[in-house]
Amino acid sequence: MAISSIIFILLFASAVFLFTKNIKKVIRNIRLGKPLDRSDRKDERLKLMIKVALGQSKMVVRPFAGFLHILVYLGFIIINIEVLEIILDGILGTHRLFSFLDSFYFFLIASFEVLAVLVLVSCLIFFARRNIARLKRFSGVEMTSWPKSDANYILITEVLLMSAFILMNAADTALQNIGSEHYTMVGTFPISGFFVEALGTNESSLILIERSMWWFHIIGIFSFLNYLPYSKHLHVILAFPNVYYSKLEPKGQFDNMQSVKKEVELMFNPEADPYAAPAEPQTEPSRFGAKDVTDFTWKQLMDSYTCTECGRCTSVCPANITGKLLSPRKIMMDTRDRLVEVGNNIDKNGNEFNDGKSLLRDYITEEEILACTSCNACTEACPVNNDPLSVIVDLRRYLIMEESKAPSEWTGIFTNMENNGAPWQFAQADRLKWKDEE
Amino acid sequence: MSNLKVTTMAEMMAAGQEPEVLFWVGCAGSFDDRAKKITRAFVKILNSVGINFAVLGTEESCTGDPAKRAGNEFLFQMQAMGNIQILNAYNIKKIVTTCPHCFNTIKNEYPDLGGKYQVVHHSQFLQELIDNGKLTVQGGEFKGKKITFHDPCYLGRANDVYEAPRELIQKLDAELVEMKRCKSGGFCCGAGGAQMFKEAENGEKEINIERTEEALEIKPDIIATGCPFCMTMMTDGVKLKNKETETKVYDLAELIAKSNDL
Repeated sequence: MAISSIIFILLFASAVFLFTKNIKKVIRNIRLGKPLDRSDRKDERLKLMIKVALGQSKMVVRPFAGFLHILVYLGFIIINIEVLEIILDGILGTHRLFSFLDSFYFFLIASFEVLAVLVLVSCLIFFARRNIARLKRFSGVEMTSWPKSDANYILITEVLLMSAFILMNAADTALQNIGSEHYTMVGTFPISGFFVEALGTNESSLILIERSMWWFHIIGIFSFLNYLPYSKHLHVILAFPNVYYSKLEPKGQFDNMQSVKKEVELMFNPEADPYAAPAEPQTEPSRFGAKDVTDFTWKQLMDSYTCTECGRCTSVCPANITGKLLSPRKIMMDTRDRLVEVGNNIDKNGNEFNDGKSLLRDYITEEEILACTSCNACTEACPVNNDPLSVIVDLRRYLIMEESKAPSEWTGIFTNMENNGAPWQFAQADRLKWKDEE
Repeated sequence: MSNLKVTTMAEMMAAGQEPEVLFWVGCAGSFDDRAKKITRAFVKILNSVGINFAVLGTEESCTGDPAKRAGNEFLFQMQAMGNIQILNAYNIKKIVTTCPHCFNTIKNEYPDLGGKYQVVHHSQFLQELIDNGKLTVQGGEFKGKKITFHDPCYLGRANDVYEAPRELIQKLDAELVEMKRCKSGGFCCGAGGAQMFKEAENGEKEINIERTEEALEIKPDIIATGCPFCMTMMTDGVKLKNKETETKVYDLAELIAKSNDL
């Protein structure tokens, strides 16, 4: 076996090993969430996944960005067929293994090249939108430092990978033209064809270009794969399960807390014996609502990892638009960042470790969650069906039910509802007065 | 005394009768001066077509919606179970309500707590009446008027009801104009999530002003809505912008009742 094959296999194996290890950590973290049954309505879920994740139906609500994103996405998926060839070539020490497909092979590579250029141009436009046009959607308190760099790293990497792919093909064609012995004749490709002449005819420098671009491209892909678990780019994988496990109920339907239901049912049951011992041994007393990430369901945690920080939620949030602190994107990002922190704590110090911090207050302030109008604009806008509203409501539940820390006007409406069955202080006996007025 | 014909469930039961539908009035519809006009307009329509309906009257209590959105799940479920006991005792099958918050809560959140009913918003109910020929709309004073519809979040995005309100407006022979943000992209009035009952958090602008400005941009004669809370928010917004003479805010039921001279 050639030394290059051995190096390749080692690189490939370590890339897969590292990726698996880090993805397992992501899965472990998501599983820190509370159970939630989303195993129902499988056909409906599958259809939704095909429409929203595969079909990008919510991306094209904004046609320009949506169209460019589809190009990058198509490129990503289709060019991966080429990566399969590259990997096999790398392992077997062959060159263009699939070229026996002849004219079909030529068609494939030609279309990869066209896609590669479309991806490249799209990524440059995306980069310009973020860094030159500075679209408002990509700014905000949560979009400084790492999230800002993360987005740019992704775009730059894609531009570099696509450039390497085209340069590699150009050098390959030049080598075919001078009859270099390893380079099978496959013809001149539509895009790289333009650069063939510029590369000259020196065989050894052409081989150097071709080989280094080949290695750069594949090592780039291996590195990018391992960058995913640390990046918002993880959405390329998680978007699928995340949409599959979407909430299928009407958007206005909030879950009824089953822990509360038990208590209330007891209160309404005239036969209930208030002094009876609990029928089943109490499990670990859970808190009402959420103070920290482990109080959420696994789906809410998966949402946070799937968030790609596009800011479509925040850009339609009435609270955010009118200058309030709330940004649904920040809610999702804070949830993820805190979850990563909790996960790292567990890795370092074991399961029982308490760092004394919590999502509420150390990451998300009361002012933020109190600004929400529960209008569902954020959930409607999210291209991967995240539900920032459920996170906000669970945090409110903790604030109200565990800490009794409601704004004073809310305390007032609660009291009114308890006393006279309406948020205002009117007697229930007066409920039909409208009939005789006018 | 008014000439509205309103029967309570208690009276119906005593007389051994059953209503076709229960009209869930809601707290705003019962107590808010502006919303009471919506309630009366809707009842006038029901009376004019001879619908056999009932209300709970003094037995009705808040659905618990504001408590639930604020995070007080305990109070919500207490309210819900109380209401469900009464509704089930009266063997209620179908409910119509003029408030999208009551609509959403009873339709979506009560079933799990034991309250299973067919629930419709009054825009859907009115459309049904028109579709099966019971109600004809004359257009009347709204003919040719420019009307825009403000989608209540709990009717639109929350429950995907976008068309019924618009079809009602078109029945008035009015010109339906859409705001930039409408239907599933509609913009909140600022009242939902129990914001109605507290001061807004610090910001640069009130949400209802942002929405009112957007509505006024298209210079409508009327801003129509289907929610008593949107009504408050939009009416306040129009007042603040000193446009009360040019632009009126009406509920769908009021539009239909007025156009039919009820």
